[in-house]
Amino acid sequence: MRHIISILVENKFGVLARIAGMFSGRGFNIETLNVGPMMDGERSRITATIIGDSGALDQAIKQLGKLINVIEVTEFTSAQAVERELVMVKVQAEANKRSEIVQICDIFRAKIIDVGNDSMNVEMTGNANKVTAFLNLIQPYGIEELARTGSVALKRG
Amino acid sequence: MKSEAAIKFPLQDEVGPDTRGADVLVQALEREGVDVVFAYPGGASMELHQALTRSKKIRTILPRFEQGGGFMAHGYARATGRASVCMATSGPGATNLVTCIADAFMDSIPMIAITGQVYQQFIGKAAFQETDFFGMTLPIVKHSYLVLKKEDLPRIVKEAFHIATSGRPGPVVIDIPKDVQQAIWQPTFPATIDLPGYKVDKPIANDDRLLPVLDAICDAKRPVLYIGGGIISAEAHEDLRLFAEATGLPVASTLMGLGGFDSEHPQSLYWFGMHGTVAGNWAVCDSDLLICAGARFDDRITGKVDKFAPDAKIIHIDIDASEHNKNKRVDHAVHSDVKHALSRLNALIKETGFTKPDLREWYSIIDGWKKEHPFSYEESEHILQQEAIEVLYQESKGQALITTGVGQHQMWAAQFYRFREPRTYISSLGLGTMGFGLPAALGAKVARPDKLVVDIDGDGSFLMNVQELATAKIEKIDVKVLLLNNQHLGMVVQWEDLMYESVRGQTILSDPDNIGGPDNPSGIYPDFVKIAEGFGIKSRRVFKRSELREAIREMIDHDGSYLLDVIVPYTEHVLPMIKQGFSAKDILIK
Repeated sequence: MRHIISILVENKFGVLARIAGMFSGRGFNIETLNVGPMMDGERSRITATIIGDSGALDQAIKQLGKLINVIEVTEFTSAQAVERELVMVKVQAEANKRSEIVQICDIFRAKIIDVGNDSMNVEMTGNANKVTAFLNLIQPYGIEELARTGSVALKRG
Repeated sequence: MKSEAAIKFPLQDEVGPDTRGADVLVQALEREGVDVVFAYPGGASMELHQALTRSKKIRTILPRFEQGGGFMAHGYARATGRASVCMATSGPGATNLVTCIADAFMDSIPMIAITGQVYQQFIGKAAFQETDFFGMTLPIVKHSYLVLKKEDLPRIVKEAFHIATSGRPGPVVIDIPKDVQQAIWQPTFPATIDLPGYKVDKPIANDDRLLPVLDAICDAKRPVLYIGGGIISAEAHEDLRLFAEATGLPVASTLMGLGGFDSEHPQSLYWFGMHGTVAGNWAVCDSDLLICAGARFDDRITGKVDKFAPDAKIIHIDIDASEHNKNKRVDHAVHSDVKHALSRLNALIKETGFTKPDLREWYSIIDGWKKEHPFSYEESEHILQQEAIEVLYQESKGQALITTGVGQHQMWAAQFYRFREPRTYISSLGLGTMGFGLPAALGAKVARPDKLVVDIDGDGSFLMNVQELATAKIEKIDVKVLLLNNQHLGMVVQWEDLMYESVRGQTILSDPDNIGGPDNPSGIYPDFVKIAEGFGIKSRRVFKRSELREAIREMIDHDGSYLLDVIVPYTEHVLPMIKQGFSAKDILIK
C-alpha cells in the first residue's frame, strides 16, 4: 500500500541522509521524496511516499520519531490529505502536433512554459492519479525529458 | 524570617577567554564530569591530546589499538552507567572504532566517540587519512555530529552527553576537523540546550496504562516476568525486586538483564534463551501472562517467534516505542521509563488493595523443572570450562565483576558464575564481538578500582585484543584473565558437531596436524604464558584438576594483572541449547 509521510525536521547537516538511511536500512523503497524549508529557515518539511505493509510502516514511523533532528512525523492516507505534485515535461511537438498537445494541456490545466522548433516544455500540477493520466496521454507524442518534484501533502481541514 | 534567596536566577551561559578549540573540547568534557578518556593519537587528533596533557581532571589512557580503547570505554560505561569517552584520529583510527560504536548501539550503552577529522578545506578531497566518518556511522549511532562551526563545539558536547545518557542510552559520535581544534576564540558554554526533536526523552506511563497490568496479574494462573538490560540502565533493580515480591511473579532474565534480579532469589528463573535455564525457557513458553520489562524480544530469546509464549497475553513495558510490536505482537504496550513504571506499579499495589494471585500450583511445576534441570556438567579427568568458572565463583565469593569474550565461555560464565547484582556481567551481547573481554575488563577496572575484575575469555577471543596486555601493564590496571584455552573456536565447533557432521571449517586454532589440548601439551599454540611474559604480565598454565583451585587463588591474590591459561578439552558443548529457529519445547538437554 502507498503511504504519504510528512516529516518536520530541524534544518541540520545530514538530516536527509539519516532519513534516507532509516528507510533503506529497513528495506523500504522510497517512491518520491521532497524537501523544502519552512518560513523560519530553521526547519524543513520532508514529504515521502513509500510502499509497504502497515506493520512495516508503523515501525518506520517510530524509527523516524527516534531520530534526534526529527520534530514531528505524520502519516496520511490519500483521503485525509491534499496531495500535489509538479511535473515538467519536454515533449516532441512538431508544428502539426502542437494543437493536439495544447488541447490535452488545456484539459489537464497544464501550462506551456517554453516552445522550441520541435518541442515544447509543459508544466502540470496535480495528485498522483492526475499526473499519471496526463503523462499517459502525452507519452505517444514522445517525451524527451521529464522532471517531477515528488508529492507534497498537507492535512485537510 | 529565613534569609534564603527568594529569587531564582536562570542558569547563565558562560563565556570563556580566548581558548584553543582542543582546550575548549577538554573543558567541555570536564564540565560533563569526565574523569577518564581512552584515546589513541594520530595526525588529526594530536591537538586534542596536547590539550588533554593540560587537563588536571582527566586521566588519558592509551590503548594499543583503537578498538581496545572503544571497548575500554564500553566496560567503563557498563560498570558505572555513566557516559564514557573514547577518542581516535581520522581515517583508520576512526574506522577502528566502528565495531565499538555498533556494539554500544546494539546493547544501548552511553558512549561518546570523538574522532579527529582532516582540515575542513580537505574534506571530500580524499586527503590523507580522510574518511566520511559521519556518513559511515549513520546507521549505528543514536546521534552524531560533524563540527563545521567552531562556535558550536561546547553546545555539541553538552548535547552529546545528554543524548547518550537519557531515554534509551546509546553511542554518539563527534567528528572534529583539525582547523576547529586549532582555532582560537572565546567559547560560550551554554547553560541549557534545546533539542526540539528530543523532548520526550523520558516517557512516563500514566495510571490508565499501568492499572491493566495489575488486573492481568490478578487473573493469571501462570504469569512470568521477563526482564532485560533496561532494568540495569534504568537503575530499576530495587523497584523490580519490590514488584516481583509484591506480585509473587517468577522472574526470567535475558543476558543483558543479568544481575538485575538476584539469581539466588526463590522467584528467580535465572536467565533464558538459547542457552538459558530449562525452567526459564519452559516457564516463559507455558505462561498465560508474560510481562516484559526493558527487553526487546531478541531472536536468541524467542527462538521461533510464533512458538514463543504462544498462549500468553503479552505486556511490554519499554522506554522505546519502536520496540513495541517490532519482533513479537503484544497485547498491551506500555511506553514508559521502566523505573517509573515499576515504582508506580508498586505504589498502585498499595493504593488499590491488590491481592497476590495464588501461584502455588505454578511454582510447584516451576520448582520441579528447576530441581530436575539445573545447569550441570559431567565431571571429567580434565579441567572443564564449567568447573574452572565454578571454582572462580567460589574463590571470589561471587564478588567479582566479570567480562567475557564471545562464544562458549561467554555462556558458561553466565551459567556457572551466579550474578546477584547489576553491572557485574559485562559482555558483548547484541553484536557479539570477539575480543571484547580484555579491554572491557580494563575499562571496568578503571571505573571500579575497588572490584576484583576478571575477564573470562576463550583463546580465540582473547587473541583478538591481546595487545591490551600492554595497557594493563603500563597503566597499572589490575585485571585477571581466566583463559579457557581449548585450541578451537568452541561455539562454531559445537554448531559444526550439531549441524555439519563435525567438519571443521577453519575452527582449529593450533596446528591442525598437531592439535594441542590436555592430552597433547606439546601441540598447544600459541604459548600464551610466553606472550604474557613478553608484556610483563604474570602468567601460569594449568592442566591438572588438582592444581586448579590453588592456581585460581594465586591469580586472585596476585598484586597486578595475571593471565591464567587453563587448558581444557574442545569436546564440551554448551547445554541446554535451543537451536536457531526452534522453540523452547525443542530444547536439547543432553
